[in-house]
Amino acid sequence: MATHAAPHASANARYFVPAPSAWPFILTAALGSLLYGVSAYLEDRNLGPLPIVVGALVMVYIIFRWFRGIALESESGQYSAQVDRTYRLGMSWFIFSEVMFFAAFFGALYYARELSVPWLSGEGAKALTNSVLWPNFENTWPSNGPAKIGGHFETVSPWGLPLLNTVLLLTSSVTITFAHHAIKEGHRRACILWMLATIALGATFLYFQAHEYIEAYHELNLTLNSGVYGSTFFLLTGFHGMHVTLGTIMMISITGRLMFGHFKPERHFGFEGVAWYWHFVDVVWVGLFIFVYIL
Amino acid sequence: MRWIKTTNHKDLGTLYLWFSFAMFFVGGLMSLVIRAELFQPGLQFIDPEFYNQMITLHALVMIFGGVMPAFVGLANWMVPMMIGCSDLALPRVNNWGFWILPFAFAMLLSTLFLPGGGPAGGWTLYPPLVLQGGASFPLTIFAIHMLGISSITGAINIVVTIMNMRAPGMTLLKMPLFVWTWLITAYLLIAVMPVLAGAVTMLLTDKYFGTSFFNAAGGGDPVMFEHIFWFFGHPEVYIMILPAFGIISTIIPTFARKQLFGYSSMVYATASIAFLSFIVWAHHMFTVGIPLAGELFFMFSTMLIAVPTGVKVFNWLATMWRGSMTFETPMLFAIGFVFLFTIGGFSGIMLALAPVDFQYHNSYFVVAHFHYVLVPGAIFSIIGGIYYWIPKWTGVMYNETLGKWHFWLSAIFINITFFPQHFVGLAGMPRRIPDYAVQFTDFNQISTIGAFLYFIAQFLMVYNFLRCALFRKGMAPAKAVVWEGAHGLEWTVPSPAPYHTFEDPPHVGDDETAHAH
Ligand code: HEM
Ligand SMILES: [Cu+2]
Repeated sequence: MATHAAPHASANARYFVPAPSAWPFILTAALGSLLYGVSAYLEDRNLGPLPIVVGALVMVYIIFRWFRGIALESESGQYSAQVDRTYRLGMSWFIFSEVMFFAAFFGALYYARELSVPWLSGEGAKALTNSVLWPNFENTWPSNGPAKIGGHFETVSPWGLPLLNTVLLLTSSVTITFAHHAIKEGHRRACILWMLATIALGATFLYFQAHEYIEAYHELNLTLNSGVYGSTFFLLTGFHGMHVTLGTIMMISITGRLMFGHFKPERHFGFEGVAWYWHFVDVVWVGLFIFVYIL
Repeated sequence: MRWIKTTNHKDLGTLYLWFSFAMFFVGGLMSLVIRAELFQPGLQFIDPEFYNQMITLHALVMIFGGVMPAFVGLANWMVPMMIGCSDLALPRVNNWGFWILPFAFAMLLSTLFLPGGGPAGGWTLYPPLVLQGGASFPLTIFAIHMLGISSITGAINIVVTIMNMRAPGMTLLKMPLFVWTWLITAYLLIAVMPVLAGAVTMLLTDKYFGTSFFNAAGGGDPVMFEHIFWFFGHPEVYIMILPAFGIISTIIPTFARKQLFGYSSMVYATASIAFLSFIVWAHHMFTVGIPLAGELFFMFSTMLIAVPTGVKVFNWLATMWRGSMTFETPMLFAIGFVFLFTIGGFSGIMLALAPVDFQYHNSYFVVAHFHYVLVPGAIFSIIGGIYYWIPKWTGVMYNETLGKWHFWLSAIFINITFFPQHFVGLAGMPRRIPDYAVQFTDFNQISTIGAFLYFIAQFLMVYNFLRCALFRKGMAPAKAVVWEGAHGLEWTVPSPAPYHTFEDPPHVGDDETAHAH
């Protein structure tokens, strides 16, 4: 087949090709050290905290350097419209992978409530399991199973802190949208103020969630050890909380960039990517609020 | 330092391929340990505990270290060349995705030297058995987490490259099929690797943090793990075969000197297979006691996959029909693929029949089935693809005579290895057991001999590829269009291809097809 170079193209402006970089390698080495340290710790093999601490610090440093590098490349105008699309697509697919990660835990919750607990109580074709092993077990939710693992516990009422947290997060999705409109209209100061408000809402959410966890452990006897209810409750809300933490850190860094004068009204994908992520975290929370707390 | 810091798709593709080469060797040695033990009934060389470690690590190494990195390596090399751009969209992320692999496998294989040895619960990691592992357990889990990061970043990179970096005029339905199949594979990877990460995370918390996901006493269910695992696991097997389909669909038209028969039906068939792969997972669980409605649903949905797969096989046959065929090494591997993969497909249909699977399940019939689709399936396509493109990569021709010998010996020995396993399996020999009843001895001895010969035959390939890659002196130089019937952008550049293939994007005209013509 015939091929001919597109007429207007010039060699170097066409594609953004980054220089060789040692960041990814160091990042992996640090990640490996961290995980090796953690697995040794879990199995009581004494390696001490060094691999964990050093690994974590190096990781944080490299991530910081990497993103700073990207910000500088972007601000110095090295990114074409094509690179911009690359980041947009990349972020969308990344969020999709996060959705699937949560799907695994929502799936576990569904399975426990709709299948395993009813089966243990003798429903479906599983009558024998029930009558032979656990004849008194009934299908109720919340449940810590026929062996009542972890002992009696109470659940967190949805209408206290969780409701408040829902309001906080939904509001924060609105404030970050205001911030987005502000940057698009060139009002940098307004944008920064809205971002600060969003960060404050996120941080308050985290504070309340920590509070809720402490209450669950100390007053409700609801722990990771509380059978399948405790397992799904803490892993779902816990992973969500980690994502809120990450999102908050991301918002702090782009607010810092706004203060340094980064981003333009027409080009600010670093900002938008974080906003997408924040909306995603928000939507997951709504799912949690409905399926974990209310139903 | 060049190799550590490189962000170039060709360098990284080369690294991926070398790495997978090394892992095939490691995993292959493990399979020889297994086969040696199975040469005779009774315990010969290794104790059962070590046997279990060998089958577990053999599988993890072959799947995550051999086949998957090999396909990523091929995608690294070929996708930018086939769609006409300079590199992948995210070159630094590409470097990260590769360098995770050696670290993850160092972690995984280091478990062999720990007290208690490596993971021994089978690659499917079923609880409660896997939770009884010792020091190897968390390392295995974390290695899988790292491999997941590598696959997801690699897949995002490939999707974004294909969606965003195509040369002007390269519309979606002009893309070569290798690009199409990788686009869909990458989508599968992004969808299911996080699910695997979630599943193994639950194992970790069940063991160390007191959760009860897979513990019936706490209201959970070990079978829940199987559901989540196979929701990942079945798409995973298509992750290992869709790129193979792409390679075969590239090679056959070249050597049949005809346009690929039914290009768009190939694309739609690939997409249907990918979609169906999400709704068939419980065919791995027919015997664990799922409800009858489940048995029926998963049986029929599984058999449905045979339809698009059949479309593909018939398209390959129709492409060859009345073509002016020649049989260079890549073509031999492609034709070998079509025959032997189809055998694996047929045994798959047998396994999909829920009532008879009660007999076949966990027998050597299953081992025979999945090795037919993995070895003369996935691996033949990888080898064929490398023979096909290595002149373009290195600028020299491999030795055709040795290549042909390599094919014929591989094809014969692989059948000697795995065909008898159908018989012992149907007769009731269970998998994952180091000992067996004496009546299975003959077939097992044949199988072991085949495996050793297969392994030895691979050194023909090692020699051939090493000559091309490292010791090029005296090798015949390759032309730009290496194969007479080859079509596509990768053949428009010189051999070896320049470091950044297309500094300026080529233009693909309306009347031209970029895929094999
Ligand atoms: C010629 C090369 C190979 C030979 C001789 C071989 C041999 C074996 C044998 C004998 C077993 C079963 C042991 C048992 O169940 O007791 C086994 C298991 C397995 N192999 Fe292979 N194998 C080869 C290549 C591969 C490749 C390339 C892959 C994957 C890409 C693979 C994936 C697996 C898997 C997934 C298992 C199941 C492990 C388990 O039961 O957990 N094998 N192999
Ligand atoms: Cu399957």
